[in-house]
Amino acid sequence: MGAKHSGKRGFLERTTSSFVDAMEHAFYAERTARVDGLLQRIDPRVKLVGILALVVPAAASHSFAVILGLFAIAVVLAALSHVSFGVLLKRVWIAVLLFTGVIALPAPFVTPGKVVYHLPWLGWSVTAQGLTSAGYLVLRVETAATLCVLLVLTTPWTHVLKALRVLRVPAVLVTILGMTYRYLFLVLQSAHDMFESRRSRMIGELTASERRRVAASSAGVLMSKTFDLSNDVYEAMLSRGYRGEVAILDEFRIGRLDWAMLSAFALVSIAAFWLGR
Amino acid sequence: MHIPDGYLSPATCAALYGTAAPFWYVALRKTRKLLFTRLVPLISVFAAFSFVIMMFNVPIPGGTTAHPLGVGIASIVLGPWASILALSTALFIQAFFFGDGGVTTLGANCFNMAIVGSLVAWLVYRAVAGRSAITSSRRVVAAALGGYLAINCAALCAAVELGLQPHFFKSATGAPLYAPYPLGITVPAIMIGHLTFAGLAELVVTGGIVAYLQRANPALLRFTAPGAPMPHDEGQPAATSGWRATKPLWTAVGLLMILAPLGLLAAGKAWGEWTVHDFSNAAARQKIAQVSRNVAPPAAAPSGLERLATVWTAPFPDYSPSFVHSAALGYILSAMFGIGAIILLSILGDWIAHKVRPGPSRASARTEET
Repeated sequence: MGAKHSGKRGFLERTTSSFVDAMEHAFYAERTARVDGLLQRIDPRVKLVGILALVVPAAASHSFAVILGLFAIAVVLAALSHVSFGVLLKRVWIAVLLFTGVIALPAPFVTPGKVVYHLPWLGWSVTAQGLTSAGYLVLRVETAATLCVLLVLTTPWTHVLKALRVLRVPAVLVTILGMTYRYLFLVLQSAHDMFESRRSRMIGELTASERRRVAASSAGVLMSKTFDLSNDVYEAMLSRGYRGEVAILDEFRIGRLDWAMLSAFALVSIAAFWLGR
Repeated sequence: MHIPDGYLSPATCAALYGTAAPFWYVALRKTRKLLFTRLVPLISVFAAFSFVIMMFNVPIPGGTTAHPLGVGIASIVLGPWASILALSTALFIQAFFFGDGGVTTLGANCFNMAIVGSLVAWLVYRAVAGRSAITSSRRVVAAALGGYLAINCAALCAAVELGLQPHFFKSATGAPLYAPYPLGITVPAIMIGHLTFAGLAELVVTGGIVAYLQRANPALLRFTAPGAPMPHDEGQPAATSGWRATKPLWTAVGLLMILAPLGLLAAGKAWGEWTVHDFSNAAARQKIAQVSRNVAPPAAAPSGLERLATVWTAPFPDYSPSFVHSAALGYILSAMFGIGAIILLSILGDWIAHKVRPGPSRASARTEET
């Protein structure tokens, strides 16, 4: 399809780089979860419930001050947990601004309401209601995303999953989530290897229809591999005595710091709900 | 299409968690009964596969790439209920671990993509594929169409959810509190992207994987097509069927979809498509005369036209369903429904023709089987 510039990345390169990004994200999260910080020290169940208790009022509040306050709390928690601001800036703040910011951009012009400003030359009118609305959207998304990232960056994923039992998620689902995460990296790795080996054997450009066929066939091969893998896993589970029942070890202990943090989360959450009515 | 936190009001989020919950419950019960001890390993590994598929950059006609959702192929291989579980699991990990899609909006995302997507893909695939052989090219078309419609239905759900926000949730001054755009903006903005790029990516992936599996691993397609005849000699019939055989059809469909919005630019009315009212309207009369080599139309509407005008009221009068207030959006929606209906009809006609008079290829396939 058209002339390809030599510097332009093809779909093979782009797909491989998104695989690598996902793996990097996971390795980084594992590293920060081991650092000795405030959030890393508290019980995963407290952390899960506490962070969700802050995300919900951030999504519900009718007041800028409350959402800003929750954002400030998220920033303080990040600092106390040694999560680098550079990473937050790159992965959350700028990423959200690029996506949601662009979506919110036309809102001041298309939302009906009181006109506060006319754009010179273009003559478009900016409404107060539109500005408020765009502000709410961006601020809410930034705050909720920062809080969620904090949970993941300070907790090993297996602990997040076990903590889900507090929310009465059935043990079967928690096991499925845990195993999915475990095999995710295996499937990612084999997809990555497939694309890498394909790339290493290519000396020219593929035509458009060849590229589509490569993408679909790779997905098909990956699917066949996935089924073989699930059979192997199943047999391995059976040979170790699996009979369809799932039990999860619950080794968490709630200490004094956990109670303190739980009450702090509850207090902030209730205050945010009340102030942001 | 992954809706992040903050775009939907907590009330909408709660309602959609509530809507998704019974589907999850039924899916878990049905899958457990069917797979029993196989449930955990199969769903887990398949969820991991779905997650990876969402990272594929699929080249689509026109030189760009787009990410597929993989809901079509999941539904075709696993059946709709297991697909709901696998996709929901993948979406959960995306939301919690990778921050793709919100936590409060997870119910909405699972409803749109996992539940609506799986059910639509499965229904379309079953309806179009019928009882055709596992390696029949009709299955490729059915799969591609199922994937295309599934992702578009999911996108339409997301667009409606987002578009309803400013109608219901406003601050005291009238500023929208959540997603700011009304239905008239969200539906076209989201649907145009999905009817073209994302839809095509899904179409290519779903049809392509089925075509590949027909050649390489037809057993995987057995599960949702229990009665379908298997190839006697693997690879033999598939060589002539599959993706390639249906190429002209897809070219035509793609062209139609791209050209459909052009109708918006064409002004005026097509010759002969006048309504009863046009005959009594002075301006319309003048236009009719102008395009009819200055032959003046009759003074009153022809009595036959008048009588027949009330016999049939179209579901989408003037290409705009009555519940849609934007003409442009209505036109695009109508085009989508129209193309879908045409494809279904042509496939149905093809099927009937085969039933009545078995073609040479089908007859030879039968003798091979026996």
